[in-house]
Amino acid sequence: MSLIDISGNLLFVAFIAYLVATLLFGGSIKQSNATGKNTDKWGKVAIIVTIIGLLSQLGYFITRWVYSGHAPVSNMFEFTTAFGMFIVGAFVLIYFIYRVTALGLVALPVAILIIAYASMFPSEVSPLVPSLQSYWLTIHVITAALGQSILAISAVAGLIYLLKVVDLKKPSKQRFWLEAVMFFLVVVVGFVVATSVFNMMDYDSTYTYLDKEGNERQIDYNMPPLFGMNEYKAVEEHGMSPLVEMPALINAKKLTTVVWSLLVGSIIYLLIRLIARRRISAIFQPFVKRVNLQLVDEIGYRSVIIGFPVFTLGALIFAMIWAQLAWSRFWGWDPKEVWALITWLFYAAFLHLRLSKGWEGEKSAWLALIGFGIILFNLIAVNLILAGLHSYASA
Amino acid sequence: MENIICACGHSNPYGTKLCEKCGRPLTEEGKQTKVVDMRYDGTAIRSKTYNTTFVDKIWNFFSSVKVGIALIIITLVAASIGTILPQAIYVNAPEPSKAEYYEKVYGVLGKLYNNLGLSHLYNTWWFQILVGMLAISIIVASLDRGLPLHKSLKNQRVKRHESFMKRQRIIAEGQVPNADETLDKVEQKMSELKYRVRRDGSALLAERGRFARYGPYINHVGLIIFLTGVMLRLVPGFYVDETIWIREGETRAIPGMDGYFIKNNKFILETHGEKQQGGEASQGVNVMAKNYQTDITLYKQPEGALPGDSDNLEKLRDYSIRVNHPLKENGFALYQMNYRLNELRQMNFNLVNKASEESQGQIEIDLTNPKKQYDLGDGSSVQILVYTPDFDGFENGEPQTKTSIPNNPAFLFRMTTPETPEGEVSFVEIRKPPLEPLGENKYRMKFAGAEMRNSSNFTIRKDSTIPILFVGGVIFMIGVVIGSYWNHRRLWLQVDPDGRVLMAAHVNKNMFSMKKDLDSVTTFAGLPPYRDQLDKPEDDNKSAKPGTKEKEGDNTL
Repeated sequence: MSLIDISGNLLFVAFIAYLVATLLFGGSIKQSNATGKNTDKWGKVAIIVTIIGLLSQLGYFITRWVYSGHAPVSNMFEFTTAFGMFIVGAFVLIYFIYRVTALGLVALPVAILIIAYASMFPSEVSPLVPSLQSYWLTIHVITAALGQSILAISAVAGLIYLLKVVDLKKPSKQRFWLEAVMFFLVVVVGFVVATSVFNMMDYDSTYTYLDKEGNERQIDYNMPPLFGMNEYKAVEEHGMSPLVEMPALINAKKLTTVVWSLLVGSIIYLLIRLIARRRISAIFQPFVKRVNLQLVDEIGYRSVIIGFPVFTLGALIFAMIWAQLAWSRFWGWDPKEVWALITWLFYAAFLHLRLSKGWEGEKSAWLALIGFGIILFNLIAVNLILAGLHSYASA
Repeated sequence: MENIICACGHSNPYGTKLCEKCGRPLTEEGKQTKVVDMRYDGTAIRSKTYNTTFVDKIWNFFSSVKVGIALIIITLVAASIGTILPQAIYVNAPEPSKAEYYEKVYGVLGKLYNNLGLSHLYNTWWFQILVGMLAISIIVASLDRGLPLHKSLKNQRVKRHESFMKRQRIIAEGQVPNADETLDKVEQKMSELKYRVRRDGSALLAERGRFARYGPYINHVGLIIFLTGVMLRLVPGFYVDETIWIREGETRAIPGMDGYFIKNNKFILETHGEKQQGGEASQGVNVMAKNYQTDITLYKQPEGALPGDSDNLEKLRDYSIRVNHPLKENGFALYQMNYRLNELRQMNFNLVNKASEESQGQIEIDLTNPKKQYDLGDGSSVQILVYTPDFDGFENGEPQTKTSIPNNPAFLFRMTTPETPEGEVSFVEIRKPPLEPLGENKYRMKFAGAEMRNSSNFTIRKDSTIPILFVGGVIFMIGVVIGSYWNHRRLWLQVDPDGRVLMAAHVNKNMFSMKKDLDSVTTFAGLPPYRDQLDKPEDDNKSAKPGTKEKEGDNTL
């Protein structure tokens, strides 16, 4: 077995371990109704399994690093996987400060979703283009991802806080948006399911089209085309033809992926609603009912405070140093740079609101969720839509 | 404005919220609340005190945190708008046709975007004013709060009034058997926990991590230094940004760097895989590049030479400029930015007799610097009447050139041989049969090969503001780390000789760790259990007892 196979297997082991740990965390909380002792025992097992998973993923990271000769953070698959790993790492760190088991019940599924999302992207080891050949790649990307992961824990705490305080019996804006967050998580599952199913079917249709500058190009669809590219012509088509043609400005292939994810996600969501006969928020609510709100609020705040300096260092300062070395200017208003700045400004506003305006508790929890939304936007949309110098995924 | 005299007799400056000496609340509002606002330790904040003159109003506007947050949010939203469509600098079109590009590619939206100036958003006057206002807000707010806070923290009294202590978030009241022993024990334990302990009769103040309070002010100073550095780029001499194209074999003066010359010895493009190397790679498309490199030699003019005089250059050194590895010299840096492959450098022609195909000799034309006449001996010669490097058709009978780059060279030759002493005229364009405007010729110019070369594009950059930016960044990081990873913890204790105890504690953040310290000192010194006045009543019975306190993690899944 070659190093890269070992690496892949370690990642798989980690993934399974996170799944098992999630169930154990769930179990530990369920048990807590009876006696405290069981909670301790289950919680301990759960965190041990989490750490095994984390070590295994660290193994994946290191073996892949050795195999490819550069830190495995250079494409969408590698970066997103690493982001998932750092979230688990940040969770373990915060867990050992506060020992709040409920965090695991939210942090691990989020990490699982992120890693599953990552594995939908091509995972081949590819050599680095010249501008990435620098040890600053390692330093800048890893520090930035670490910062983002710690900030993400504040969203985890925020979600727990909201699950406990939002009254799910009466209709309200909070109830709607909380469920919207849940729906978004299910859509990610929808993306993973849709991609995997069509992958297994080896779906592939090829079209030519005219891009926005009028050049003829070719594109492969790996999902049945709902939307056609600008002036598309089929080269090799299977199953169906595009239903609607899109103007050149819109990438119909990506739109197709988004719509398939939404469709599959909605079906899964409806099934869950039909079977459970409750909102997804309501399914999770019993698990957080014994959570100490003040403590969760402090965890949310604390993770922003811990993550903010790390994020500043990695995503802005190291980024500027590297940009100065590679591109001769420390700042160029590239979309990724701008969104890093936006993330930073947002958390700066978060801290000022909290300190001076007393935005604590529920308000702070919503802000933490919005912050995580910005981080995800930077990861997903900026890479895939607002392609700039940092764009990982050109395919 | 008159001073406020506290019940303890201390005279406080107008606007003070908590007496500087004993801590009694001085405002009606302060007297009403259960837990006092401990921000800035209750000192008089200028912006909260004066609001009459114009200067006051401006000052109060910029010192307001609400305004600061609003500025942050507006900047954030504005910055995001600039990413909806690519900024003009990233648009793949020459400068004059960028407006057209926006309209052609993005339609009406693109036209609107460009016309509103959003395609240069980060250089617009309003965006820069926004950042400027943010900077002013940072300076004013820091001065407004930082100085009074510093004064107050420096002049802390040990003994505080009951009304101050009872309005802290954490308080404990009760009785102890031995007053002195309790004070000694608390002092011992708090010193162990690395607190600085001061005593004044029956009162005790234990304090740790006061410097954390300065974190935000330090990071604001760093930010201001950084922004100052950015603004200094507008001052001439601080910032140079030039660009140069240079062909292989050429030596040219470096723009912006007086007295320096650079020679391009060779440009190297390496790609992953075996496919292409140097010669036939198509301008980087679809080929995964591994390395862009230009081997250069750097020269300097001797002292006192005239500008642009390239005689007697002194060689400084050879260097290979690669991406991520710029050439650095005297504060300047040259970066590999772009390249052009396979530019024609030289074309060779044979002068041949059409009938016999016999050659009269070969001429070699340097396309950047062609000679007027090439003598082939034996009475034969070739004269270049017209040379167009980038031939683009005829206009009024004259051949036209599109650019000065030899992309499509064309020549009007006059060929003279002993057989045709009058000379014959022929127009030769690359890969086309020659035109003979003045009638049938006996001789023709036969293409005999060409030499290609590559050229490199460098950016020449000098940025004297970098050290300032770096210092600003470092100070900012230090401030953020101090403000984030440390916290200011205080414990006030008052033990009357009859054993009555009053304890209060304050922490600017991270109450969780403070409570751990409190738990250990409470147990060690046998103090009465403390309570958190912000705890909701439902949690009261749980968290009030120190016994269940330690199990907090378990109770709070």
